Amino acid sequence: MFVRLVYESFRRQKRRKLLAGVAVTLGVGVATAMIAVATDIGDKISRELRTFGANLMVIPQEDTLDLQIGGVDLRPPSDGAYLNEADLPKIRGTFWHHNIVGFSPMLPVNVALGPHGTGNVTLLGTYFSKTLTFGKEDFVTGVRITHPWWKVQGAWPDDNSQDVLLGESLAAKLGRKSGDEMAISGTPHRVSGVLSTGGQEDNQIVAPLGLAQQMLGRPGAVRRLYVSALTKPEDALARRDPKTMNAELFDRWYCSPYVQSIAYQLQEVIPHSHAEQIRQVAQNEGTVLSRIKGLMLLITLAALLASALAVSAAMATAIFERRSEVGLMRALGAGSFPVAAVFFAEASLLALIGGVVGFAGGALLAREIGRSIFDSQIKIEPVLFPIILAIAVIVTFAGSALAIRRAVKFDPVYALRGEA
Amino acid sequence: MSSRPVSSLAGRRENAAHTSMFLRMLVRAAVLRRGRAASALLAMVVAAAVATAMLNLYVDVEAKLRKEFRNYGANIVMVGKDGQGLPAGTLQLAESILAGRGMAVPFAYIVARTPEGQSVVVSGTDFDQVKKLDRWWAVTAWPATAGEALLGKRAAAVVNQKGEAFDLSFQGRVIHLTPAGQLETGAAEDSRVYVSMGDFQSWTGVPPSTIEIAASGSGEEVTALAQKLAQAVPSAEVRPVRQIMEGEARVLGKTRSTLLAAAVLIILTSALCVLSTLMGWVFDRRRDFAIMKALGASERLISSFFAAEAAALGAVGAVFGFVIGIGVAAWIGRANFHAPVEARFGVLPVILLGSMAVAVLSAALPMSLLRRVEPAMILRGE
Repeated sequence: MFVRLVYESFRRQKRRKLLAGVAVTLGVGVATAMIAVATDIGDKISRELRTFGANLMVIPQEDTLDLQIGGVDLRPPSDGAYLNEADLPKIRGTFWHHNIVGFSPMLPVNVALGPHGTGNVTLLGTYFSKTLTFGKEDFVTGVRITHPWWKVQGAWPDDNSQDVLLGESLAAKLGRKSGDEMAISGTPHRVSGVLSTGGQEDNQIVAPLGLAQQMLGRPGAVRRLYVSALTKPEDALARRDPKTMNAELFDRWYCSPYVQSIAYQLQEVIPHSHAEQIRQVAQNEGTVLSRIKGLMLLITLAALLASALAVSAAMATAIFERRSEVGLMRALGAGSFPVAAVFFAEASLLALIGGVVGFAGGALLAREIGRSIFDSQIKIEPVLFPIILAIAVIVTFAGSALAIRRAVKFDPVYALRGEA
Repeated sequence: MSSRPVSSLAGRRENAAHTSMFLRMLVRAAVLRRGRAASALLAMVVAAAVATAMLNLYVDVEAKLRKEFRNYGANIVMVGKDGQGLPAGTLQLAESILAGRGMAVPFAYIVARTPEGQSVVVSGTDFDQVKKLDRWWAVTAWPATAGEALLGKRAAAVVNQKGEAFDLSFQGRVIHLTPAGQLETGAAEDSRVYVSMGDFQSWTGVPPSTIEIAASGSGEEVTALAQKLAQAVPSAEVRPVRQIMEGEARVLGKTRSTLLAAAVLIILTSALCVLSTLMGWVFDRRRDFAIMKALGASERLISSFFAAEAAALGAVGAVFGFVIGIGVAAWIGRANFHAPVEARFGVLPVILLGSMAVAVLSAALPMSLLRRVEPAMILRGE
């Protein structure tokens, strides 16, 4: 009898059930999409924040001071120490290598321009988009990943070529454009493009690392290394000195992607190096990230509230419309409990169906949001499914409870006479 | 005496315009069914509040985040062409062009020598301004008096191993400096010694070669400002710091899009909440509908009556919701950005019209169903 009551109610009142069902489905869909977006937004924004460039710099441990003014390196080339280019692929072997988006070595060399060797400018050797091998794995790294704001008019040079990029201001001063040949330190090189960075590189020549090493006469030399890594916002543990930690704490510190622990690991794999966070980028990243994450969390709460209200409003309306039915059941001698049980059974059925469909729809929606805004998938944790379903059932129950109570308490006589 | 009120009442009834009856029906409907009206109004208020909060946040979040992004420091750099110093008065000129919408900080650079013959870059600047511009500088103690210097972490190891006062020489002139604190940035600043602009000028006489400017505003505004500065000081190279500006534009754009998507979803859901509540409210009144129809009211009159009722509900809900929504947005601003989100009254008409439209639409749907039913059927309770 109970099953038949529920079944018939669904069969005969398709319109009302559809309305309530649509409300539950939409509510669950919106909640799912918002929770999925909010849980993944930190990851997505932290990737977007990488457009601010490298957040770690590695320099030789025994290096002399930088003597750079206005983009011109005044340090004599014999001065200072160098890192070894052959050590760089080892970065792929660190614990947090998945978090390292890319790295670019830099080697500034002072060169003379023109056939007569006039005019001193800095030539910066680096990787553009270089394929390196670590173990069996190939990967690509270079300034096109770590310095996304560098724009080239013309073409990026090949990393193994002798071509160079000319900084925008320097190109204007020399009257050169992409495709020209120019003599650098006596040998001719092709200018494959004009580089605009909005920084001191606008007054420099940027060349493949191999070419810079050749000009300096030091194969394998690297002056600095910029590393762009996905990090976790700094907290009290991050700021502690690893030397003062006990073994257990150290493991936790080491296995968290703090900018400090990644710097520590870079020092481990690159011999005689000193790695440090670039505070301008690393410090601000955390604040921006936590602001955006906090905002999304609060908005998700608002979304949950709105969908819970929508679901309960729809359920309340659906039940309120059926007072006469309740009156009939009560007049036929049904107690409040069986009547309420019928309604609750209907509500949970609606919640389950709406929950499953809504979850699927919400997952699709989240994926679409991720694709159109961040060009990447938004992961939906499978563990979200039972949670969402449970929330759907609870909200539907809570939304119905008040209406059911009122319907059951209503005098059957009035209800049957159609007076309300 | 007693007949006068009656006759006047009858007279009033005859002469009264239809509007007074219309208004009375509207008010009585709300008063007599307090419970249902209250629940419909509640749905309206919540929906309008949520929509207001979301729209307010959406409009304001850009300003809030731009403020956070200014912590990344300068977004425009002015440098003298070919390594020359900037002409005197450039800083004042730049500040007058900025007109309070940002700050400009001068930097002068030279290479000095330690008594041991080591070279080190020394920079003169305005410490009070730098403190505000470059908030990421980790400084143990800022110099407070003349003759004090801020030592980059790596520079400190070279010029001042013992932590005592030290000498630096530039073109034969020597300055005696006391270390105030250490500076750590992880970038080029670590290899420099910073002194106050006054000390620097009297020691070297070298004018500032760089002015770093943190201008507030959108990307276009900053670019326009950079162009204005370039025109005002032709001997300087003015460049927007693309690293900062592009990163900022990108992160802001993504955040705004996400927020917009969330706002659309949330507003849609709350509109749904209004729809189902109001549909119930109209359905519930099918007997009123039938009686009015049986008494000979035209369908247009009844439709306009229900529409007016819904619109009134929407308008009242929108006003209350707007106030609550502003409060919610302000609270979110305070909780997340430590600054309240400003109330945007431009949002009010949008909310008002939107709420009324949703309400009328929600009433129209059940009306079209009811119109097909004979009044007799409803009155018989079927």
